[in-house]
Amino acid sequence: MAEVLEGFEEHALRAVPPVAPTEVDEAAIRRLLREQVARLEGELGALFCSTYPRTGFEWNVGSRGGPRLLSLSELEELRDELAAKLQHNRRMLADRTYVEELHRCRIEEMLLEPERHKYVRVRAEDIGERGCKQWHVLPRFGLIGILMNWWRVKISSGCPLARGLRPPFRDG
Amino acid sequence: MTDELELTRGYVDATLAAEFPELGLVHTEVPVRPGRSPAPVRARLRGASDRFTGPKAVALRQQPIPWAYRVFFRHVGIDPDERRTPIEAIALERMRAGGFLSRNLVDDALLLATLETGVPVLAFDAAAVDGALGLRVTSGGETLGALPLAGGRVVVADSSKPLAVLFGDTAEGCAVQWSSERMVLAAVRVKGVPEVSVEEALWVAAETVSEGT
Repeated sequence: MAEVLEGFEEHALRAVPPVAPTEVDEAAIRRLLREQVARLEGELGALFCSTYPRTGFEWNVGSRGGPRLLSLSELEELRDELAAKLQHNRRMLADRTYVEELHRCRIEEMLLEPERHKYVRVRAEDIGERGCKQWHVLPRFGLIGILMNWWRVKISSGCPLARGLRPPFRDG
Repeated sequence: MTDELELTRGYVDATLAAEFPELGLVHTEVPVRPGRSPAPVRARLRGASDRFTGPKAVALRQQPIPWAYRVFFRHVGIDPDERRTPIEAIALERMRAGGFLSRNLVDDALLLATLETGVPVLAFDAAAVDGALGLRVTSGGETLGALPLAGGRVVVADSSKPLAVLFGDTAEGCAVQWSSERMVLAAVRVKGVPEVSVEEALWVAAETVSEGT
């Protein structure tokens, strides 16, 4: 090392101008973070609509005691939490839709060969749909069907009707 | 029908304006006689109940104006899934109650204005408002009525005191009372909300109030 520096004189080294510290424009960073938050919120909104009517998703990111101006680090945290929530919910939806697709295939198989899926029941919620519809493999003619291996898929007609009189609409 | 409304742009303090250049408050003063909503207003609520269905409520957060308020809620540290934006709160109540229930003329007017435009409208007793109305950040030691307010909160304020926390509680005595004769209607504009929607919200609210006055 001493050999390398041999050619340099001390005063020449001192003459190197010091590097000025970079000034950070915090307002610009906050603006950028707010744009990212807006974009993530848009994507979360779209995902929320895609998940409907499925339940079990968590959308809360946590309040920061607003309304107030958030600091740079708080905006960063918020952005990261939104991104994590988006990623988590996307993965969850992908898993659900994969299982739902399997259930749909199963319904097709049940309809084609009911005797191979005895007593299997698939509900509307299993394929990501609303309502009480269900596909249920049951023996034809009860005991005879069991003995003769006659099976069929019974498709329910939907949710039971509400009973009783409709409550009156109160408008004050 | 109301006569031509005189819309005033409220002030936005420099700190807020620097962070949110498109934030604004538009307000107007109208006569009011609080009480039960007249039949035409209740009929409008019933009509709105019939038109506002579940799928519409679900898709709300993908519409530009409700989305803009959700984003603003995030920007100021409110979780819109914890404390709902006004339009989402209305949608949730519609689903829960099975219809838009009439409460009184002022509340119904605010509800209809928010529902039709997506822009939240606030109402204050004009007698309680002192000077220019606007948005600002609180300094330490201020109060909202009798309640202490932490510093740094975004509030709707007149020239002397905070009237309400933005999208939050209103100070005691500043909300419209049964004895109020005039009220101030105010709409908060955020980034992504067209000026015309804010003005329309105030028009709808003023027109609804005028039906019962």
